[in-house]
Amino acid sequence: MNASVETAPVNTASPATLTNGSAAAAILAAGIGSFALGVLAVAGDKSALLKGWFTFYKPTGPLSGVTTSAVVVWLVCWGALQWRWRKSTVSAGRISALALVLLALGLILTFPPIADLL
Amino acid sequence: MEITVRSLWTLIHGFGFGALYLLACSGGILELYRSTGSPSPSPLTARHEIFLRVYLITMVVLAWGAVLSGAYIVYPWYRAVPPAGAASSMLYPQHLLMSSPSTIGWHSLGMEWKEHVSWLAPISITMAAYVFIRYGRDLRNHRQLRSAVLAFAMVSFVAAGVAGFFGAMINKNAPVQGGHTIQLSRNVEALRK
Repeated sequence: MNASVETAPVNTASPATLTNGSAAAAILAAGIGSFALGVLAVAGDKSALLKGWFTFYKPTGPLSGVTTSAVVVWLVCWGALQWRWRKSTVSAGRISALALVLLALGLILTFPPIADLL
Repeated sequence: MEITVRSLWTLIHGFGFGALYLLACSGGILELYRSTGSPSPSPLTARHEIFLRVYLITMVVLAWGAVLSGAYIVYPWYRAVPPAGAASSMLYPQHLLMSSPSTIGWHSLGMEWKEHVSWLAPISITMAAYVFIRYGRDLRNHRQLRSAVLAFAMVSFVAAGVAGFFGAMINKNAPVQGGHTIQLSRNVEALRK
């Protein structure tokens, strides 16, 4: 992650007793996980090869691999960001905006008519 | 009165987890906003904070219960392929929906969207619960993070709503059926006789 975000000014409306790093890590990781879900859903739908790879559990089909992989991406990112930012104060505005953009993209990519256009 | 095992699991998935999650969502979002986000937040007592923590953890359990029971218990029955020469499609909901132009959209749009978008709900609400449990009333001091948490919780609600709507409509048009039959009121019927 960009180190510059860790030193950017934060909301100073009232004194906070906890640094915001843990919350920012959780929020950004959720955004990344949501985006990963959308990308993997499209990839699993478009590619016969990936469809086969994503079939972790045959009765559920590629959905099992798509969702399991997205959850793994989310948790790994969360762990890594938490480890890096747990004691830091980061730029909450930029990280929240990035997370919300990723969430919106993830939401859009799961919508079949949009995915069909890609 | 009887119910099949597959219908029972569909009920547990849709009503036991999904509908309860949707109900809990409206209250959870309101409480999160009232406690940490409104211009004049209500005083968050220690007792209230514990209640909200338990409430959010319950929502997390419901959300994960809904997607996991859906993906690994109900969905395999839904997408099962009928054997060659099967006399009826009634036990194969996906095949049944795709066999008619008037119902194919429930699968190609409804199920295709539902099966993926629903996973945004547990991811988002798990994050929201973690942040609230970690920060509690201190979240008031992190305006931007608080707004992001509320936005994720709203998307979680929308995702669960989409999944719930299509789940109900799909089950109305092509219910998951079959499996062992459970007698629900055999004793009552026997008493009546």
